[in-house]
Amino acid sequence: MNLKVWGSRGSLASPGANTKRYGGNTSCVEVRPPGCDVVILDAGTGIRELGMRLVEEGCTRMQLLLTHLHVDHLEGLGMFEPIWRPATELHIWGPASPVASLEERIATYFSPPLFPVHLSEVPATIVYHDASESEWTIDGVRFSSNAIIHPGPTVGFRVETPEKSLAYLTDHEPALGCDIASDAPEWISGFSLARGVDLLIHDCQYSVEQYRTRRGWGHSTTEQVAHFADRAGADRLLLFHHDPMHSDETLESMRDEVVATWGVDPERTAIAGEGDIIDV
Amino acid sequence: MEEAPAQRNLVLILARAFAAQIATAVFLLDEEGTIIYYNEAAERLTGRPFIEGAGMTAGEWMAASHPRDDAGDLIAFENLPLGITMLKREPAHGVVTFTSEDGVPLRIENATFPLFAHTEDYVGTFAIVWPLDRDRP
Repeated sequence: MNLKVWGSRGSLASPGANTKRYGGNTSCVEVRPPGCDVVILDAGTGIRELGMRLVEEGCTRMQLLLTHLHVDHLEGLGMFEPIWRPATELHIWGPASPVASLEERIATYFSPPLFPVHLSEVPATIVYHDASESEWTIDGVRFSSNAIIHPGPTVGFRVETPEKSLAYLTDHEPALGCDIASDAPEWISGFSLARGVDLLIHDCQYSVEQYRTRRGWGHSTTEQVAHFADRAGADRLLLFHHDPMHSDETLESMRDEVVATWGVDPERTAIAGEGDIIDV
Repeated sequence: MEEAPAQRNLVLILARAFAAQIATAVFLLDEEGTIIYYNEAAERLTGRPFIEGAGMTAGEWMAASHPRDDAGDLIAFENLPLGITMLKREPAHGVVTFTSEDGVPLRIENATFPLFAHTEDYVGTFAIVWPLDRDRP
């Protein structure tokens, strides 16, 4: 199973000289499980370029997994070229809310005044799947979702082939609900999804210092993500959802903090950078 | 790698985190009525540490504590606030006198409400307890 990072920035697209190495596009990861449709994790601004590539490939059926509907995870959908082609069949998996379906919630963004076209006018066939707490299989690949700690309905995903597994927990603040290092696993948000994965893609937006004024905003620190990876028994960790105010240099220094806290081989921790291709 | 049961529903995780921070006694039960957490204020109220009470069912707990109304009559489980919430999945409130293991009566005011996840699934019960005959925490 391979993946490519098309966007790893959090909160706001942040192009510029200081973010050149790891990129400024917001969350989007392409996953290619063998023998399965292309799987897309989130529709941040990174999905624009991926969409152009998929059209070139002639890909007409794809699975889009949305962790939640904050703008940085959805704003690329309107510029995702495949949805403007009638031959496309796009399956969207994501959380509903107590008062609105997934489709209604997406349409809130995908309609005037925030977007010029209504979602209902999109020519592609879009199939919506509520994936608040679900397990499903496509072409032999197992998917599961579970609600995780972040403001508003938010899920994490686990993708498993018979050989490999990955968990995608961007926008996640497990430390808000427990002591990650000492509480029983069943009380740790996201633990079941991340348990024993080959690759854990996890929120690492804040430094410990920053977190003092951002507790409850739904993101993790370098220290928290290291403890979480350790408890979950992840083999490798990909730091994700970079703060828009953080330069490439800052991200590298944060990675060093994670490595020091986790205390394992430094090769097991990497910073998600735009264009990176990873063999899970 | 650490073996573990599945993650509890996020609503229960957050309810437990909230209960752990407040000075009022709180009992948290899962959808089957098993006591899965109570906080320090509840430990003080019952005189029983959570480690001893964990895993009991609400029915077992109530049967052992002989709940009575102000007239001194025993209250059936289904008429207790906790029983109403668990069985009917609706909020309830009441005044109940329990008898502790050492025979001391404890009169409490109790508010219970069901917890529903955003999927509208009933996932447990949140019970808040105030002692009436002693200083409140």
